[in-house]
Amino acid sequence: MTSDSLETDRARSPTRLLAPRSVAAAIAIVVLLLLPIGASVANTPSATGLMTQVAIYAIAAMSLNLILGYGGLVTFGHAAFFGTGGYVVGILYQHFAERSAFLGLVPGTDSLLVVLLAAVLIGAIVAALIGSLSLRTSGVPFIMITLAFSQMLFFLFVSLKTYGGDDGLMMRRRDVLPLVDARDDVVYYYVCLGLAAGWFILTACLTRSPFGAVLSGLRQNERRMIAIGVAPYRYRLVAFIIAGSGAALAGALMANYLRFASPDMMHWTKSGELMMMVILGGAGTLTGPLLGAAAMVTLETMLAAQTENWQFHLGIILLAIVMLTHGGLAALLRHIGGRS
Amino acid sequence: MIVLEQILNGVQFGLTLFLMSAGLTLIFGIMGVINLAHGSLYMIGAYAAALVAAQTGSVGLAFVSGLAAAAVSGAAIEFAVMRRLYARDHLDQVLATFALILIINQGSSMLFGRQPLFVAIPSALSGSVTLLPGLTYPIYRLLVIGLGLAVAAGLFWLIHRTRIGMLVRAGATHRQMVRALGVNVALLYTAIFGLGALLAGLVGVIAGPITAVQVGMGEQVLILAFVVVVIGGLGSVRGAFFGALAAGLVDTLSRAFLPMLFRHVMAGSNADALASGVSSISIYLLMALVLLIRPQGLLAGKP
Repeated sequence: MTSDSLETDRARSPTRLLAPRSVAAAIAIVVLLLLPIGASVANTPSATGLMTQVAIYAIAAMSLNLILGYGGLVTFGHAAFFGTGGYVVGILYQHFAERSAFLGLVPGTDSLLVVLLAAVLIGAIVAALIGSLSLRTSGVPFIMITLAFSQMLFFLFVSLKTYGGDDGLMMRRRDVLPLVDARDDVVYYYVCLGLAAGWFILTACLTRSPFGAVLSGLRQNERRMIAIGVAPYRYRLVAFIIAGSGAALAGALMANYLRFASPDMMHWTKSGELMMMVILGGAGTLTGPLLGAAAMVTLETMLAAQTENWQFHLGIILLAIVMLTHGGLAALLRHIGGRS
Repeated sequence: MIVLEQILNGVQFGLTLFLMSAGLTLIFGIMGVINLAHGSLYMIGAYAAALVAAQTGSVGLAFVSGLAAAAVSGAAIEFAVMRRLYARDHLDQVLATFALILIINQGSSMLFGRQPLFVAIPSALSGSVTLLPGLTYPIYRLLVIGLGLAVAAGLFWLIHRTRIGMLVRAGATHRQMVRALGVNVALLYTAIFGLGALLAGLVGVIAGPITAVQVGMGEQVLILAFVVVVIGGLGSVRGAFFGALAAGLVDTLSRAFLPMLFRHVMAGSNADALASGVSSISIYLLMALVLLIRPQGLLAGKP
């Protein structure tokens, strides 16, 4: 994996690398901001929707990258938090529509602000529960346990007939924001884009903080970190909780975008897709998950338009990527950038 | 009597789980790899047996071809993919085998369609026998229990009494040393992978008449096998045995008796809803409990 590439890269003369990189970032930001206008000019309104999905998956992939890439903890259950966020939206909307209350206590709502906050909070709580148990192990058992817990949530929601069971929860309309009309697709795109940018900044700050340094240190040499007096469990648990709440935020945004929350959101294949985004883009890099989410959503959309059996081709592509590359798209770009 | 019947069901379910997780835990113990495609091998075994049974009507032929298909696919996967991943970290192994699942699942739904196949229980085994006065039990399920116990005994004999087993045990603890002593490790790895695949295929073949043969059947069993491996302790075949029995019993008994239990304390519909929720996650609750008490599993490190 790209364990040490990040550090060595930053050590290399920053002035030479900084210029093309910040130009590329500026271009990307302008393109993303102008995208809805371009889409309406080019008469391809679906591009906005596609990019909304990219922004949402980018949040989920960034959150996973914090524990997978920086923390070195291979979790195969990240979709559990993604689905949890989705269900927070779905359940609160259902109670809002029925004018009833969750467990007879919590009234429903259709305010996007409240719903997103609730999703982040519940995501953090679920992540704390799952994390506190599964972080007692490491390595392969950790992979298996996170997978098992996410499947447990999956089966739990499948058996919850009150909230749609197998079929999931439909929302008649999207949640509302004050001042702006979140039901408009372009506005909603900007909401998702803004939140993705916010999560990107949060991740950047976290990874450069002492906390991020400890997290990376635990990945690189756990024994040495223990020797200098760091308790691994606590740091990893906090990272796990932050990652869980990020995935829940993404899930809440996705449920709002699709106006639909279903157990499929927490199916293990979704965890695999999120992992693929991180790896495809490059684990342990800041921009990697963004590239990976964009690549994965585009790839899936293109393949799904071509053939009904797109998963077959996706599998072959993914297998080839894992077998042949180390470090994903970000490493590839850095490689090209380094040469030119 | 119904309690006894459910216990037998639990044992039968537990033994099938054991055969699945034995392969997983052996492969991890020897090679240190995690193989998500283990469930796909189970599915391949089930499909091969179902298709051959439908074509020829021969039970023996279906049984053998199911086992052979799984073992050959397992060895092929080891040769083509896994062999290149032993030196990589677990992340690459997870992703590569995840991609394999996508390919195998989608490939079999392209070849055989999305409709589940149904396999009839062979007529000679379709009846029931009276075990005790008032307790009749299907012959087929009894046979599954017998087969499971026999395979488990065979596996223990293989690991603890034969030369291959000695290499397996040595390889699990001192891999470099075994290699240095001139053992053909590549061949051993392929053989162990094939053996694990064979066991998965065996479960697929015998599960065919009990459950529907369909795409995605592998992953449900795979995740339960993961739970069993975690409960038993990774790399421990004995742990997998007891873990599987515990998981099988907990799952079956909670599905059978929790609704009744809950109905004593609350209204009928609520009780049923809660009971179905709790029993669907009972195995995972068992895993959480084991993790709280012994994070490394019940019998870790004794292959």
